[in-house]
Amino acid sequence: MKRLVPYIALAAFASVPLWLHDPYLLNAFITTGILIVAAMSLNLLLGYTGQLSLGHVAFFGIGAYTSALVSLGFDVELIGGIRVVHEPWPVWTGFVIGTLVAALCGYAVGKLSFKVRGAYFVIVTISFAEVVRLVALNWVELTQGPLALTSIPPMTLGFPGVGYLDFYSKQSNYYLVLAVLVVSYIVIQRLVYSRVGRAMIALKENESLAVSVGIDVTRYLVLAAIFSAGIAGAAGSLYAHYLKIIDPDVFAFLYTVTMVIMVISGGKGTLAGPIVGGLIFGFIPVAARSFATPEIQWILYGLLMIIIVFVLPKGIVPAVEKWFSAPNTSVDPEPLQAKMHDTP
Amino acid sequence: MTELLQHIVNTLILGSTYALLGIGLTLIFGIMRVVNFAHGELYSFGAYALYFVGVMLGLNFFLALIVAVVLGCFAGALIEVVLLRPMRGADIDTTMLVMIGAMIVMQNGEQFVWGGVAKSVSTPFPELPLVIGSISVSWLRLFVFCAALALIGVSYLLINRTKLGKAMRATFQDRDAASLMGVNIQFIYMATFAIGSSLAAAAGALLGPVYVISPQMGNLASLKAFAIVILGGLGSIGGATIGGFLLALAEELGAGYVSSGYRDAMGFLIIIVVLLFKPTGLFARAERIG
Repeated sequence: MKRLVPYIALAAFASVPLWLHDPYLLNAFITTGILIVAAMSLNLLLGYTGQLSLGHVAFFGIGAYTSALVSLGFDVELIGGIRVVHEPWPVWTGFVIGTLVAALCGYAVGKLSFKVRGAYFVIVTISFAEVVRLVALNWVELTQGPLALTSIPPMTLGFPGVGYLDFYSKQSNYYLVLAVLVVSYIVIQRLVYSRVGRAMIALKENESLAVSVGIDVTRYLVLAAIFSAGIAGAAGSLYAHYLKIIDPDVFAFLYTVTMVIMVISGGKGTLAGPIVGGLIFGFIPVAARSFATPEIQWILYGLLMIIIVFVLPKGIVPAVEKWFSAPNTSVDPEPLQAKMHDTP
Repeated sequence: MTELLQHIVNTLILGSTYALLGIGLTLIFGIMRVVNFAHGELYSFGAYALYFVGVMLGLNFFLALIVAVVLGCFAGALIEVVLLRPMRGADIDTTMLVMIGAMIVMQNGEQFVWGGVAKSVSTPFPELPLVIGSISVSWLRLFVFCAALALIGVSYLLINRTKLGKAMRATFQDRDAASLMGVNIQFIYMATFAIGSSLAAAAGALLGPVYVISPQMGNLASLKAFAIVILGGLGSIGGATIGGFLLALAEELGAGYVSSGYRDAMGFLIIIVVLLFKPTGLFARAERIG
């Protein structure tokens, strides 16, 4: 029964555009779907290796900007008078290159920042995202700065000899996002259930022990960072080609916070967690818009974040799983363990 | 040359308030191990408190400053008791998320109460700047510098010369041993957070009249404070003071000679470089406080 849940969920989500015709709600589904893909990529780092990256939005934004610039073309003069001209390429190459560039940045950032842990890792990752945001804001020749990159073409897929598909309508974008979500889910699932995934979990549970049995910690962390950043970049590319306009605000810290809260509320280190948490936090603004101004919505958002950390620190999915799998267990080992840790 | 001198004068004034922010955070992070994302919001809280008391209630500017600092102290104590006390023993990521939630609530609360339009505060200082040779400094900025230096001195004395400071230092070194010696750890945590918050509020109240007061002013303040703490080494008041001035110098020179758009990038570049090459900070011999 449990094995069927993902397929039932997929069938349910695939049917949404067939009965839902309200463009506002369909738009909410698409943007939420894109954020869920980003949250899933964050979960790979936060949930499976235990490293809290608060600069994740940088990879999302890098994917968005790269993809948009590849498909729009650019003409910049670098330091030393070297002029770089790029003619517009097909949009799907933008998606691929955006994903690859984000993954490459993930490699570089991972290689450098996994030297530090805990609070310092968090601060290095935020600093990276802020530097990238300031570059996007100030390198006007390339990014148009605060004026935003506009008229980004929608995604098109060409099939030689057959023709091509373009994604103008909301319905087609919905299926595009759903497809990317499913592919990302499978990639993450394969990774987590492989040798690599077991190594990552081992080093999350006890890093010194993992090192002592010969697991090359940095190598696996960097590998996780590459996949995580690449998937976030793919989500960013979808975002750019769906909205058709991006400005340096895609690097806003609040996007990272949104991804983090989606992962934490759903359950970090579970495959379904970011999807459940993402649907909840993606649709809070939709539910709240009728009675609350944006400030009140954000205040509710912040309060909910605090409450979830207080009440359900492990997240919704593990709580539900526990409830279904062992309803009659009389002894709950978890609080006992927690108590033992608390004693000074 | 004149330009450089002017940059150095600006550095001293900006650096003194950065030092206040940094000292507040280094105490909180050092003693409580809480990554306080709400630090920047206490900074803007101080500025709005000054606006409320000084402009809306019409109190004397200097009295309003003192009231703003005291209100910051109470706000910090309240946050500690409501949000952090129940989280004692939780790991650092969990408390960090709670503080991010607090940051979102406080910033949007300010937006809701005060609106998005920036506020300005008028001061009793003369409009004409003080001109020495080719350098000009406004009287207000000079006052900000002196007040910030005085507060740095007070916090140094508080940590190194009082019984409370001694208990704080003991808690920093070994929480359990301090607790066994009869130090009330719960009270020390509350006092630490309150003192750190009041220093952030003081920095906001001092800089508020120099610039303008807006709900977004705290956005970068938390991260800059972290840059200062990392530069100076965890738990070191002297380090945080020097770190504050160094960050201000990097920003002034970066804005003056590279590009004003990259002023705020300096702090982040410093964080990245220092953490990657000297993670203990520039001045820390070992982790200590004082």
